[in-house]
Amino acid sequence: MRRTTIYAWLMLLPAMVLLMAFTHYPAIRTIIASLHSTARGHRASVFVGLANYERLLSDDVFKQVLWNNLIYGALTVPVSIAIAISMALLVNYKLRGRGFVRMAYFTPTVLPLIAVANIWLFFYTPGFGLIDQIRGMFGLAQQNWIGQPDTVLYAMMVVTVWKEAGFFMIFYLAALQSISPSLYEAAAIEGASRWTVFRRITFPLLMPTTLFVSVNAAINSFRLIDHIFVMTGGGPNNASSLLLYYIYQVAFREWDTAYGATLTVVLLAILLLLAVGQFFFFDRKVHYK
Amino acid sequence: MSFFSVANLGRAAVVVGALAASPASAVNLEFYFPVAVGGSAADTIKALTAEYMATHKGVNIKAIYAGSYGDASAKAITAARGGNAPQLSVLLSTDMYTLIDNDLIVPFDDYVSKPEMKKWIGGFYPAFMLNSQADGKTWGIPFQRSTPVMYWNKKAFSEAGLDPNHAPATWKELVSISKALTKKNANGNVTQWGLRIPSAGFPYWLFQGLAIPNGATLASADGKKTFFDDPKVIEAAQFQYDLAHKYGVMAPGSIDWGATPKAFFEGKTAIMWTSTGNLTNVVKNAPFDFGVAMLPARKTRGAPTGGGNFYLFKDSTEAQKKAAVKFVQWITAPEQAAKWSIATGYVAPRPDAWKTPALQAYVKKVPAALVARDQLKYAKAELSTYQNSRVTKIFNDALASVLSGQVDAATAMKSAQAKADAVLKPYR
Repeated sequence: MRRTTIYAWLMLLPAMVLLMAFTHYPAIRTIIASLHSTARGHRASVFVGLANYERLLSDDVFKQVLWNNLIYGALTVPVSIAIAISMALLVNYKLRGRGFVRMAYFTPTVLPLIAVANIWLFFYTPGFGLIDQIRGMFGLAQQNWIGQPDTVLYAMMVVTVWKEAGFFMIFYLAALQSISPSLYEAAAIEGASRWTVFRRITFPLLMPTTLFVSVNAAINSFRLIDHIFVMTGGGPNNASSLLLYYIYQVAFREWDTAYGATLTVVLLAILLLLAVGQFFFFDRKVHYK
Repeated sequence: MSFFSVANLGRAAVVVGALAASPASAVNLEFYFPVAVGGSAADTIKALTAEYMATHKGVNIKAIYAGSYGDASAKAITAARGGNAPQLSVLLSTDMYTLIDNDLIVPFDDYVSKPEMKKWIGGFYPAFMLNSQADGKTWGIPFQRSTPVMYWNKKAFSEAGLDPNHAPATWKELVSISKALTKKNANGNVTQWGLRIPSAGFPYWLFQGLAIPNGATLASADGKKTFFDDPKVIEAAQFQYDLAHKYGVMAPGSIDWGATPKAFFEGKTAIMWTSTGNLTNVVKNAPFDFGVAMLPARKTRGAPTGGGNFYLFKDSTEAQKKAAVKFVQWITAPEQAAKWSIATGYVAPRPDAWKTPALQAYVKKVPAALVARDQLKYAKAELSTYQNSRVTKIFNDALASVLSGQVDAATAMKSAQAKADAVLKPYR
């Protein structure tokens, strides 16, 4: 009995050590750091209680990046999912050149986000970028998509959706192929329309996949910021800045590590809420019985 | 199991490497450098370092490419905080107060004799020393320094019926000439802009190219106070906004720094403002005859300086510091400074470097290289304060909000000043 317990702990040990060292310990250190001031030169770090959190409340940039991130998530997640499902349905049919279309849809996923950002930077360049060259053919004026506060965030969302939808398509494609054909045969006998088939059979049976994909997409909307570095640097006037990018700026450009830690705690809390919410509340409803 | 043996192997390799590389008395130096312009900057630094080691025995210098200016400073500060600082690094001259504030660097004064001090440090262009000295001490040695200049497309000038050899010399001319250069097609869409002043990347820097001729200073010399709400600053910001929205000679919205030379080569803009560090790039790639001029005057001529300085890090032995200073003295000496300037387009930071035969021959071939040097007479300090990144970001955000038409210039600059005051208060 005792031997098996020790054995079990030994088996768990390597994973636990890694998890503690690289996830739990840094998280706890971050929380501790957020309660202290930033050490600068001769001024050591001192305990300041919740002062850093009070600063959050009066920090306009923080409010803006949080709002940006919410819009960014609220739009990129459903749009990526909708496009991923459409693409999966399309390439699930026996159409000519299916392999080629599948590959084309998947290509953006294979590219590193930095490369994607550079491609889109060229697309968006006012005057001689791809989009403006096409607009020019139709006599339209040039547009500075990533140089204006009111369009830049949406321009960045397009990049994200373009990059992510193909990846999510793979999961939907796998899920579609595991749906039993007898269900579709039954629906065909009943004379159900294609829309009814999708609404009543396909979509409900894809729900576990949708849950998995939406958790990932939501987390990615807080986690993937490489394109912001390359394309806008968060500008103009923070219009395209997201929470993680702001954390980077505060912690590694301004070297205000304590405030950076405070922002990180906020990010951790949001991600925790997302994960907990999605697994505990939605998980019960997704499995079709 | 295998993890441990790999770690041991690694340790053994380090020991063996150290034994093999260093004779008993050699001084080892690590030196981080950033590269911000295209061309052969990295190769030139490595070649110069190798040349130094070949001629000076007893010192090993490891020149480490550290990315962009931002990356290099992040790397150096992270390394220094982790107790593993490089002995020497080229970082933005504007990082000076931040590095002092974090107690990471030492001034050069203690490692140079009085006469050397006068001859060496006194020999740099005074404009470059503005961002290099504080509290009566010299914390940075000018190395890859630059200043913004105006490049113009002579072919576009001729086509517009303008004198191709006369660049706009005043703001008034800048507007009228740029208007003549702005071309529209049948649909009323602009096909060639008159002027391009990048406003993304280093917005405050090119903005200073407007503010300084207008008689405005963005920050005090001690880095503890900003003057963002000075009416002359507001006026300059308004002018930059007007160039796009009132006079219609510049594209609206924020204008990318990196794509600026390309837009110039493609004929999308007839005049561009960018760093003199881009000169070699323009010489190589412009498919038309071009000119280089000083930035146009308002009340006076004027421009900021820019670029990187050598810094001496605190966390190193006395022997290392002495060796590091000797190396910096050598690499900024006329012959080396000339080589460096020719390879990159950076302004050789000392008058005596311009007297070397190499640089004199180069100026005969590329007379445009002299413009930046001559502009130094009018140059002022680049925006640099304590908590520099944060204060600069406050200013950049405010300028972006003005240029995009979100807020009027006076309101934006006043609120930026209030924010900067809050950050800098503890330092006064």
